[in-house]
Amino acid sequence: MKLSLQHVVKRFGTHTVIDDVSLELDGVHCLALIGPSGGGKSTLLRIVAGLEYPTGGTVILNDKPIEYHDEALLRHRRSIGTVFQAFNLFPHMTALKNIMLPLEKVHGRTHDEARDLAEGTLRRFQLLDHAHKRPAELSGGQRQRVAIARAIAIKPQVVLLDEPTSALDPEMTAEVLELIEELKQEGRDLLLVTHEMGFARCLADRVALLANGRIEEFGPPEQIFGAPQSEVTRSFLSRLLKY
Amino acid sequence: MIETWRDLFLAPGGARGDVSPPPLARALNSLFALLVLIGLVWVCLATLPLNWTQAWGDRFDLLKGWLMTVQVTAIALVLSVLLGFLLSLGQRSYFLPLRYFTRFLVEITRCIPLLALIFLVWYGFEGALGIGNQYRLLSGILILTLFESAYISEIFRAGIESVGKTQIESARAIGFTRTQTYRYVIIPQAFRQVLPPLVGQLVSLIKDSSLLSVIAIAEFTQTAQQTTSNNYLTLEDYFVLAVGYLVLTVPISLWSRWLERRFKYET
Repeated sequence: MKLSLQHVVKRFGTHTVIDDVSLELDGVHCLALIGPSGGGKSTLLRIVAGLEYPTGGTVILNDKPIEYHDEALLRHRRSIGTVFQAFNLFPHMTALKNIMLPLEKVHGRTHDEARDLAEGTLRRFQLLDHAHKRPAELSGGQRQRVAIARAIAIKPQVVLLDEPTSALDPEMTAEVLELIEELKQEGRDLLLVTHEMGFARCLADRVALLANGRIEEFGPPEQIFGAPQSEVTRSFLSRLLKY
Repeated sequence: MIETWRDLFLAPGGARGDVSPPPLARALNSLFALLVLIGLVWVCLATLPLNWTQAWGDRFDLLKGWLMTVQVTAIALVLSVLLGFLLSLGQRSYFLPLRYFTRFLVEITRCIPLLALIFLVWYGFEGALGIGNQYRLLSGILILTLFESAYISEIFRAGIESVGKTQIESARAIGFTRTQTYRYVIIPQAFRQVLPPLVGQLVSLIKDSSLLSVIAIAEFTQTAQQTTSNNYLTLEDYFVLAVGYLVLTVPISLWSRWLERRFKYET
């Protein structure tokens, strides 16, 4: 993945959430965004996802600048997969239908193609037995795995994961993290907002710590977690390790 | 057990409150309640000097009126669901003239008694547009439609607003257009939410149609009034009238309750 953020700013009214963030990534497969709550991680992810307009600055993903107007953003969103913390799936349809719907209605696949693709994806993630269940009949972990399957099925250029395990208990968290690790091993490009520090440490190629809307530290995980340069990083990590 | 007045009326919450009584107890108690009601009606009917034989002679008139009510409500039902849906979308429109026009229309319609609305619209339009008698029935149906659609639009609006923000976010993230988001995500979910209250509103629509009698539309109530002025059997005719409405409304009301229970457990 090639991602370039140039002086990205996001304000809600007078409140500045992203404060002049610049970042250059090239050949990185997995970027983890960490940091305290309210630090701007999710907002930054949503700007890259094309769900939020930046107040200023430029975002270039894989050499293509993201144009922030409705039509271009629609095309942009169709080229990436986004998974939120919870309630990703549509509760009124089965897991299979949830995956088929975007393939059919957004990506122009026929009904049969969509079903084959959706079943194939579910099989790969050992979810085929649950294909005909509705989200309410699935566990939280299964739900997130189906949501990831839906994001993958469209063959996105990058997968954005916004705290995908924050609403899950530890056991389900492990099951979802395993799946994300699998994606990484397949060579997929991931951008991950997470509170799972251990996971960020072993999975990410680069880690960025956001606090107060700024990137306080950016580097390989060995640096961030092993030898943090910034005072903010050190105090953030020590607060996490306190209990 | 029932020991005080509190126990009689305030159901306990929690585990005890959720236990439904055994089927036999339910059946016996509902039978008992029904018998008490029938008994009360029976006592009244038996003490009064009622003339059912003479009333029987006018059965075809009443049946014609009843069929007219079925027709009027069936048409008004379809139209008011359509108009209610459009009004609910209009009330959320980003095009402000449309938003405020629909909001005012809904608010004013809901705040005027149906009886006044019927007179105002019928005599207002009759005078202003020179509408003739042949449009009386059509106007009646349209006035009823307007009135009910104001309520229905509020039901729809609540349903649309009950769909979670994350659902709409998911739809956007997938790359759905706005129309697709409404079609595949918002409307199907809102529909499940609104079905029970919508069906309940249908009961109101049927009852409200009786007020069309005031502009001389020959529906059920108007027919009963006519019949009464001929045979002077007020109680008999109105008893038939009540039963005629119950035949239409009770099944729908039960259906609404059934839908409510069904969707309660599926979310």
